[in-house]
Amino acid sequence: MATLPKPRGPLSEVLLSALVSGRTDVAYPDQGSAEDGALSLWILYELSYRGYHEVDDRLEFDPELVRLRRRLEDDLEQRLRQRWPGRPAYEAEQGFAAAFFAMIEADDGPSLARFVQRDATHDQVVELLQHRSLYHLKESDPVALTLPRLAAAPRAALAELQYDEYGGGRPERLHAHLFAEGMAAMGLDATEGGYVDEAPLEVLEQNNAMSLFGLNRRLRGASVGHLAAFEATSSLPCRKMAQGLERLGLPAEIRAYYEEHVEADAVHEQLAVRLICEPLIAAEPDTEDDVWLGAWSCLDLEARIAHRLLEQWGAA
Amino acid sequence: MSETPDVVLCPGGPMLLRGDHLVADDQGVEHRTTRPISAVCRCGKSATKPWCDGTHKVIPEKLRP
Ligand code: FES
Ligand SMILES: [Fe+2]
Ligand SMILES: [Fe+2]
Repeated sequence: MATLPKPRGPLSEVLLSALVSGRTDVAYPDQGSAEDGALSLWILYELSYRGYHEVDDRLEFDPELVRLRRRLEDDLEQRLRQRWPGRPAYEAEQGFAAAFFAMIEADDGPSLARFVQRDATHDQVVELLQHRSLYHLKESDPVALTLPRLAAAPRAALAELQYDEYGGGRPERLHAHLFAEGMAAMGLDATEGGYVDEAPLEVLEQNNAMSLFGLNRRLRGASVGHLAAFEATSSLPCRKMAQGLERLGLPAEIRAYYEEHVEADAVHEQLAVRLICEPLIAAEPDTEDDVWLGAWSCLDLEARIAHRLLEQWGAA
Repeated sequence: MSETPDVVLCPGGPMLLRGDHLVADDQGVEHRTTRPISAVCRCGKSATKPWCDGTHKVIPEKLRP
């Protein structure tokens, strides 16, 4: 269970006191800033993962809070759709998978992994790991919510992928657990959401987008599209991360998390693109737009984080 | 529904192998699969042979399987 974060504006302030008191029938003000809104949505989403010590679990489906969640997530969805340039045109004979990998190859966003491999300082890596922990400590959980909403073929393939993410029956191999062990070996807090107070807007937004796609059945296409892009941009960057961690002499446990992903995600990207997304589109052609939306958003949200951090570090 | 293949060849990339297998690499060394589904390198350039590590994506297109 997580502890509640600190407020970042009028909306998160009111929300936090509503959660703690259990009196949710109050007026929720407009967000004071994009960060205030993103943090509020993040706080609400966490009710659907592990909850909080100080908060009654029943509030997950409290009508007032669900109304507020809808308000914030409609806002986020609209923003993601506005940023998206639309689905790429591709020939039927080229096929979805080739078009998908071509989009990934054409992506020229800045790479945090390359920076870590060659230049990052110890403190910069620590900061990056803290930001990454928001997702890696609940790795694969958002898309797990999509599993029962898929047709048979993509459902079976997603279960196969998730079985690997969740350690193949061995909790000590669970990816989120590997990351937690890495954090602990670094002397960092491995509690889920432990570094949310440090997370910039871009990190909160990346996290929220996965929950938005995972929790809403109608967005199942975006959820698996996001997964596919995430997996398809992981193997090679994880090798660079592992090399950077080694360059800085960081513990084997945290390197092990990245080393595992070099190989695992070389499998997962093929599974996600060819055996999850493609069969989903074949079974439910109406989901294709959202598959591309989810994939593109994945690349874009990561690029925003990279820009933000590299600029902050004077490395842009 | 038709039967699901145990082996899937990915154009330009690895061979997906479903289930538990013993794979001999090009030196004859045997490796046991460790995942529900594994990716066997077909481009010959992986640093973690016999498994794919994504390297096929950064080699010239005409050298990809
Ligand atoms: S096929 Fe992927 S690295 Fe060789
Ligand atoms: Fe993983
Ligand atoms: Fe993965």
